[in-house]
Amino acid sequence: MTAERLRTAYVAGRYGRLRRPRGLRTTGSAVALGSVTAPESLFPKLEALLPKVSKPIQYVGGELNARSKDWESVSVRWALMYPDAYEVGLPNQGTQILYEVLNEREDALAERTYAVWPDLEALMRENGFSQFTVDNHRPVGAFDVLGVSFSTELGYTNMLTAIDLAGFPLHAADRGADDPIVVAGGHAAFNPEPIADFVDAAVLGDGEQVVGTITDLIRDWKAEGQPDGRDGLLLRLAATGGVYVPRFYDVTYLPDGRIGAVTPNRAGVPARVQKHTVMNLDEWPYPKTPLVPLAETVHERMSVEIFRGCTRGCRFCQAGMITRPVRERSIQGIGEMVEAGLNATGFEEIGLLSLSSADHSEIAQITKQLADRYEADRVSLSLPSTRVDAFNIDLANELSRNGRRSGLTFAPEGGSERLRRVINKMVSKDDLIRTVATAYGNGWRQVKLYFMCGLPTETDEDVLEIASMAHDVIRAGRQASGSKDIRCTVSIGGFVPKPHTPFQWAAQASPEVVDERLRKLRAAINADRSLGRSIGMRYHDGEPSLVEGLLSRGDRRVGAVIEAVWREGGRFDGWSEHFSFERWTRLAAASLEPLGVDLAFFTIRERDADEVLPWDHLDSGLDKQWLWDDWQDALSEFEQDDCRWTPCFDCGVCSNMGTDIQIGPTGRSLLPLALASGQLRAPVVAQTRPPAPASDHSHG
Amino acid sequence: MAKRVPEGPPPAQVVQKVRLRYTKRGRLRFTSHRDFARAFERALRRAQVPMAYSAGFHPHPKISYIGAAPTGVASEAEFVEIGLQCQVEVETLRKALDQALPDGIDVIEAVAVAAEGAGSLAERMQASQWRVELPGVDPHELEKALEAFLIQPEWPVERLTKDGKRTLDARGPVVRAEAEGTTLNLIVRITVPTVRPDDVLTALASVGGLTYPAVPVASRLAQGPLDGTSVLDPLAADRG
Repeated sequence: MTAERLRTAYVAGRYGRLRRPRGLRTTGSAVALGSVTAPESLFPKLEALLPKVSKPIQYVGGELNARSKDWESVSVRWALMYPDAYEVGLPNQGTQILYEVLNEREDALAERTYAVWPDLEALMRENGFSQFTVDNHRPVGAFDVLGVSFSTELGYTNMLTAIDLAGFPLHAADRGADDPIVVAGGHAAFNPEPIADFVDAAVLGDGEQVVGTITDLIRDWKAEGQPDGRDGLLLRLAATGGVYVPRFYDVTYLPDGRIGAVTPNRAGVPARVQKHTVMNLDEWPYPKTPLVPLAETVHERMSVEIFRGCTRGCRFCQAGMITRPVRERSIQGIGEMVEAGLNATGFEEIGLLSLSSADHSEIAQITKQLADRYEADRVSLSLPSTRVDAFNIDLANELSRNGRRSGLTFAPEGGSERLRRVINKMVSKDDLIRTVATAYGNGWRQVKLYFMCGLPTETDEDVLEIASMAHDVIRAGRQASGSKDIRCTVSIGGFVPKPHTPFQWAAQASPEVVDERLRKLRAAINADRSLGRSIGMRYHDGEPSLVEGLLSRGDRRVGAVIEAVWREGGRFDGWSEHFSFERWTRLAAASLEPLGVDLAFFTIRERDADEVLPWDHLDSGLDKQWLWDDWQDALSEFEQDDCRWTPCFDCGVCSNMGTDIQIGPTGRSLLPLALASGQLRAPVVAQTRPPAPASDHSHG
Repeated sequence: MAKRVPEGPPPAQVVQKVRLRYTKRGRLRFTSHRDFARAFERALRRAQVPMAYSAGFHPHPKISYIGAAPTGVASEAEFVEIGLQCQVEVETLRKALDQALPDGIDVIEAVAVAAEGAGSLAERMQASQWRVELPGVDPHELEKALEAFLIQPEWPVERLTKDGKRTLDARGPVVRAEAEGTTLNLIVRITVPTVRPDDVLTALASVGGLTYPAVPVASRLAQGPLDGTSVLDPLAADRG
C-alpha cells in the first residue's frame, strides 16, 4: 500500500453512514479501514424513476468526453454544481473548465450535478433519494466539496434544494466534519452575503488555480486526521486570503438598518478577501475536450474564450468591472483549441467567446483564417457580444460567407445619447444608423437592438428616443436594401444595479416606473404604423428585476428571505413559469420587517458615499474611491476611455492585484494544420478510392 | 438587390448508401430520437465520414432515420441509412462510427447498397420483435391475462400523447405473444399508429387485471419483414 493510499484509509468512517464497506474490505487488515470505498451507484434506483419524468436523458450522464475516475484512487472529491436545469448547466464554460482541471489532478476527482426538475424532485423525496452526480450517480453528501457556480443570483433557491436533497444541514453552522464544504463561485459570488448562512466559503474570480489550492489544503487536512474538525479546515482556507469564509466575519448594524462594520472574529483571518486572476490564458487551454451531451442543451458549439476581462468601462456591467484586466488568448492558442475541440466533439459551430469579442487585437485575422480553414468542413463561426460599428459588419459578413444572413444584434443599451454618456457606452445615433444601414445593404434581413430600462438618471424622454431610433433604423434599412422585407427588433431588459460597479450606489427603478415607460415606448413605436409594423418589441416585465436587485445588493439579512421562499416551494427562479413575484415580495416583507428593513431598503434606495456596503470586505481590485468618482462622472455625463488605448486611469485592479493588461497583436497567424496539431486531422474512415474529380459531381 | 446564393460548387452527389444497424442499450435507452439524431450527426463528423449533403444555405447531411424505438425502450435493432459522396470500406466505417458514439449506442452492422435502385428500407419494416421484462409479476397471472387478451378480436387502449388522449387497438397488430416466466415475448406488426409494448401492457392490465409491481423494461430484438410469425433480417436483400 502506498503512502497516499494509507492517508486515504486514515480518514475512514466518513462514508460508513452511506453504505457499509464492501465485504472484501471488512477483514482485519489496514485495508479494512477503507470505508472510503466508493458509495454505491444510485443509478439502479434512479432508473426505476426515470420512466416517470420528462426528458430522462438529462439524468443518465454518459456524455461524450465525460471523465470517470476511481473513487478510491484519489483523496479529494468535488461535486460541481451548476444550479439550473441540465440543459442550461451542461454547456456552462466555468463548470466544464473546473471539471477538467480537477480531474487532471492525480489526487482529485470531480463529478457534476445539476438542479433536478420538480417532477423528479417529488419522486426523489417520495423515495428518500439523494441529490446525485450524473457522472457516476454518487450521492452528493459523500463528496468533500460541493462547488456551486453562480452566473446569476436566481440560482440560490436551487442550491438549497440540492443541499436538502443531499441530506446534510441547510445551514453551514449546523454541518459536521464529514459533511461537504459548500463553496460558491461565479460572478454572483462577488457578493455572497445573501447566501452566507448556507455556504461554507466563497471564491472570487478565476477558479482555475484556486481549486488546486483548496484541493491541496483539504488533502493535507484529511491526511493529518482532520485536525480541529470542520473549523480547522475552514481556517486554513481563510488564511490563504483568497477564500472567504462568512462565519469568520461578524456584521454589525446601525440603528437605521445600514451596516456598521464587517470584521473578522478570529485570528489569522484577513480583513479583506482577494479575487483570483489567471494570467496567460494560453497556459490554460480549457476546456480541452468539451462535454457533448445526448440531451438537447441551450448552447451546442465548440466555445473558445478568446479573451477574459473588459475595460470598455460600461458602468452598468458587473462582468466588465470584476474581470479586469483584459487578458487575450493568442491567435495560435485559439487555433489549437478550436482544432482539438472540434476533433474531440464533432460540433458544427465555433463560438468565439468574451465580453466583447470584436475587441480582440487580432479578431479580423482570427475570423478570416478560421473561416478559411473550416469552410470545407461546414463548420460555422459565431461571435457573440459585438460593438456597433462598420468593422463589425465586415466581420459578420466573413462569418456568414456561405450561411444565411438572418439576424445581427447590437447593444446601444441606452435610448438617448445623454443616457449613453451616463452609462459610458459611447455610440452616437449617426454611427448606429450608418452601421445598421450597411448591414441591411449587405443582405442582413433583421437587426436586433438591445436596451436597458431603469438606468440611473433615466427619464421618459430617454426611453422614448428608442422609438425614434428604431424608426430611423427602418427608414435607413429600407433605403439601403431596396426592400420592405426587413425587420428591427427592440429588446429591453430591466436594469439591476450590481456590486463592484459605479452604479452600486444607485437607486434601482421600481417595476411600476419601468413598466410605465415601456408602455409609453410601445405606443410611440406604433404611432407610425408604416414603420411600426416592421419593428418588434420584446421585454420582460420589471418584477423579476426587483428580486434580482434584492439578491444582488442584499446583505446577510436577505438569507432569511431566500430560505422562506425556498421553504414555500420557490425553485428555478430564472424561469418565468416558476418565478413568483408575489411570493418573493410577501416573504421579503415578513422576513425583513422584524429586522427593521424592507425590500425597498435593498433595491430602490440610493446609497451614500460613506455607507459600508455588504461586499466592501471582498476585494475585486477596484478602488472604492475610483468607483465613487466614476459614479459622479456618470451623474455629470462624463465619459471614461478604455485603458487599452489610453493611459491608465487608476481603477486600482492591476496595482492591487499585481496584474497587467495582456493584449496583442502578436503579428502571427494560425499555424498551418500539419504544424499546429500533427496527425489530428488524418481521416479516420479510409476511402477505397480517391474522391472523383469535382466535375463528376457537379450539378452543372 | 439580387438574391444571394451560396458561393462555390454545388454539393457532391450520393455515390454510395450505407445501411446501419445500431443498438440502444443500458442507460442510453433513455435517449430520444431527437437526441440520437444530434449525437449521430456529430459522430459522423468526428469519424470524418465523407457525407453527401443537400444543397442550399443550410446543407444537411443525407441521413434517413427508420422507425425509432420509443424513449426508455432498449433496442438491439435500430436502423439508419446514410448517403456518401464517395465509396468507403463499410467495416472501417462501422468501426469508426461505433467508436465515435457513446457506449450503449453501438453500431453492430453496416451494409453498402447502390445509390439507386436498392429499394426502400423503411418499407421492409413490417413487424417488430419485443422482449418485455416484468420484474415481480406473478407468472400465472401473466399467463391468464395473456390468454384473456389473445381471445379478443380487438382491444382498445388509451395512450397519453402531447395532444391529449388517443385510443388505439392494441390487439389487432399483435402477431404473437408468449409468456416465459416473468418475460413477455411479442411480435407486433408495424402499423399507423404503431402499437408499442406499453400499449400491450396497458391492455393486459385492463383485460386481465395484471398489475406491475416494478417498472417493466422493454427491448426491441428485431425489426424487419414479417414471414408468418417470424421477423426476418431486413438487410438480407442487400447483402447480395
